[in-house]
Amino acid sequence: MLEVQHISKSFGGVKATDDVTLDFATGSLTAVIGPNGAGKSTFFNLITGALKPDTGRILLDGTDMAGRSPPDIVRHGIGRAFQVASIFPSLTVGETMLAAVGADQRRAGVMHRRFPLTETRERADYVIELLGLANKRDRVASALSHGDQKLLDIALALVLEPKVLLLDEPTAGMGTEERWRMIEKVHELWVREKITVVFIEHDMDIVFKIAPSIVVLCYGRILATGTPDEIRKNPAVIEAYLGTDEHAGAL
Amino acid sequence: MSDLNVENRAGAAPFVARPRRTAYIDILFAVIAFAVLAALPFLFDSKALLDFVIRCSAFGLFATSLNLLVGYTGLISFGHGMFFGLGAYGFGLLMQRANVSIPLAMLCTLAITALAAVVIGAICVRLKEIYFAFVTLAFQMLIHSVILSWQSLTGGDQGLRGGIKRPVFWGIDLTNHVQLYIFSCALLVIGLLLMRQIAQSPFGYTLRMIRDNATRASFIGINVWRAKLTVFVLAALFASVGGMIMSLFVSGAYPEFAYWTISGEGIFINMLGGVTTFLGPMVGTVLLLILNDTATRLTEHYGIVLGVVILFFALGLRKGLMDFAVDWYRAWRDKAREQP
Repeated sequence: MLEVQHISKSFGGVKATDDVTLDFATGSLTAVIGPNGAGKSTFFNLITGALKPDTGRILLDGTDMAGRSPPDIVRHGIGRAFQVASIFPSLTVGETMLAAVGADQRRAGVMHRRFPLTETRERADYVIELLGLANKRDRVASALSHGDQKLLDIALALVLEPKVLLLDEPTAGMGTEERWRMIEKVHELWVREKITVVFIEHDMDIVFKIAPSIVVLCYGRILATGTPDEIRKNPAVIEAYLGTDEHAGAL
Repeated sequence: MSDLNVENRAGAAPFVARPRRTAYIDILFAVIAFAVLAALPFLFDSKALLDFVIRCSAFGLFATSLNLLVGYTGLISFGHGMFFGLGAYGFGLLMQRANVSIPLAMLCTLAITALAAVVIGAICVRLKEIYFAFVTLAFQMLIHSVILSWQSLTGGDQGLRGGIKRPVFWGIDLTNHVQLYIFSCALLVIGLLLMRQIAQSPFGYTLRMIRDNATRASFIGINVWRAKLTVFVLAALFASVGGMIMSLFVSGAYPEFAYWTISGEGIFINMLGGVTTFLGPMVGTVLLLILNDTATRLTEHYGIVLGVVILFFALGLRKGLMDFAVDWYRAWRDKAREQP
């Protein structure tokens, strides 16, 4: 499905991503963890085209995505949501979804018809329902709660029917209870939609409970990969990342 | 500019809107507007009124097309007036020298404008806000200086003098003032209707997405650069039609039509009328022209009057007149809803 081969990216002298090689199997759910500055977001930015890797290949079903533009990569099937909800503040939830489906169907340039196009409605409706935003359909995005804005951001990625969905900290800025609700939603999406999901998460409780496979990044390099049990027992991980008292509890 | 992130948008485009019906409503509205305008010369025997409406048509098309860039796409162009000037000069020159029919001259002028807009747009739309504003301004000044210095073609600072020929076409005689008036109104109404269609089409929503969050737009697969260039060229075409009306009206073209102050007036009109509604710039145009005509009649210090008005709108209301009207209407409606 998605194979990342030896990608590196430097900013000045700092190696933000250093020779990372990973393989995400079709239909897998993977959590990417690592301390602040480990290069998690950079890793996502490289895969989605926001940044161009200095070296390496990013294969999606065998096609190299490295160095392509974000619209190009999205159309090949890699969707993403952002750490800070990236939405369209003045559009309503409904308009946002309809416009996104239109863009995915290559109808973003249609001028002789009126918005919304009828053929975009079904898919937009489906995703709005799926994420529980149905009763906020006519609400302007800027007036949504923080949690709903994050959901809308994910909905934007999901409505494009991606093969791979990258979620950059879906629970960022949320309280404990809200976090769990959000991550259950993500888990539900993964189960129902059968897509490949990769997410960044800080909360160890969540990661170990939800993710069947985990990638640990540290200083731009892969420190460890494996199941929650393997990660928990990995001495390198314990020392570099989980060794502090507050995290020891999570193990 | 006014705040685009309106909190409550329940009044605009509900999710279950019937797209086709809204199109018919717009067409109906346009037909009524045209009928009213066309009836004016038969109701009032005032050449001044007709002149006023013709000027409103020229500047209204120009200002509304600027709003496609400013209000819908978030592209603040300070050089949009160059296409107004290009329209006036292109059309005026073709009519004076090429001995062609009026429709053909208009089509050729549109083609020239499109070509210029593609080249200039391709350079400008990649730039970030402030650079976009200044580079468009630079192109405006470049075109103005070319007009001034290429005397043999453009007449330099004297402009295109000696009047332009207006051969009869399709039974329309534009030497007749009433016919010129109705022709201008028709161009205005058709132009507005087309721009309205663009604004309410899927492409129009693509523009809104780019205005709101261009990065996100590119991450749902939109080619932001291409969309911006497309709207830049389209807006240029409508501005060019405005220039052509002006050229027909004054029977020539003057360097002021291509001077940067025209672009400034366009921005001013948009601030007066407001950029969050489609008809805001049209209202702004009427306001500015009334203000212009009264202020120049009453005082020599025309600039001071305009300055005070712009400060009032920018600092006092913080939005255009139409934005204000829409907000007021919504508040009134919400209040009416609360009372059973």
